[in-house]
Amino acid sequence: MIPIEPYVILSALLFTIGGVGFLVRRNVLVTLMSIEVMLNATNLALVAFNRSRLKPSLAQTYPGQSHTGQVFAFFIIAAEAAEVAVGLAIVLSMYRLRRTVLSDEADLLKN
Amino acid sequence: MSTLGIVYFYVCAALAVSGALAVVAARNPIRSAMGLLLLILSIAGLFLALHAQFLAVVQLIVYAGAIVVLFLFVIMLLGPSASPPLDHRGIVGRAFGGSLFALASIAALAAVARAALAAHRTMAMPAPDANLGGIDAFGTVLFSDDLAPFELSSALLMVAVVGAVAVAKGRQGIAGLSKSEKSPSHVPPHTEAAHSGVFRHDIEGVDVSSAHGIDLRVGQADGTSAEGGVVERIDADPDGIPTDRPQRPRQSGEITGAKGGPR
Repeated sequence: MIPIEPYVILSALLFTIGGVGFLVRRNVLVTLMSIEVMLNATNLALVAFNRSRLKPSLAQTYPGQSHTGQVFAFFIIAAEAAEVAVGLAIVLSMYRLRRTVLSDEADLLKN
Repeated sequence: MSTLGIVYFYVCAALAVSGALAVVAARNPIRSAMGLLLLILSIAGLFLALHAQFLAVVQLIVYAGAIVVLFLFVIMLLGPSASPPLDHRGIVGRAFGGSLFALASIAALAAVARAALAAHRTMAMPAPDANLGGIDAFGTVLFSDDLAPFELSSALLMVAVVGAVAVAKGRQGIAGLSKSEKSPSHVPPHTEAAHSGVFRHDIEGVDVSSAHGIDLRVGQADGTSAEGGVVERIDADPDGIPTDRPQRPRQSGEITGAKGGPR
């Protein structure tokens, strides 16, 4: 079986790629997708740590092993769906106002 | 078995990294979305290897089924303007920020990896229960211990849906709302006596539509209730542009908004 380190290193690598994309790209759609990449990387790390540190569950009703990391990843997925829905609505609204999807041309409050 | 597992991990990891690179580096946002799909599929594969079967399926359904499709919808709605021509304005600042972030995180990663290797303590994973990550175990935990955050996440999703509709309709949707609130003054006076609140008789729809030359068959078809009253129909403002009533479903509002542009 594979130890946990490759998973964590892969997760950090994916997080770095997503962060660089978030900082470098100007297209708002690609920026949102880079956020998705970063959140996927954190999900991978959470699930890998849950798998490597198996502990008995603290739930009274469930006697098996703890699912804390997986439940955390599940909630991240839910929050991410909400984030994408609102973010794409904002992109559409910005496109309707300014006819652009570039983040540095969204300067209504600046000028 | 062990070598098979290692090969599986490295194949999934290579696919995930190439997908992430495609997201970041592709010029066309459609290719970025395809890279995101590849990343999501390979991470679902890694979830399977990590005894998180339920999460792997959720990942496939929520991401590949909903989020990537939503991205593709928006990209295709925006058309060619979703991939604007490349110019190098502000490239120095962005490249500096990106490389600074990359250097910092790679340095942190190298420090952690070197410490882990120096400790000579590779954490071999212990054997899990057979039902770890299965839907019965996961559901039991989700509905007993984590019930409160689970319910709160439903509230979060509800607020996000309402907010997405409100933001996507935007100024135009609000203008349409105020116009349709004012619209009884445009209806001929002999029909106004029959009004009761927002409910109108379907005959009025025919009157208004024939007066402005608009075909309102859609509004009559879905709006006529069993008593013959119209609960919801397309309203017509004096310029002859059909405006949406607030009860209209979200998708048609989005499409007309994107076609119409700022008015």
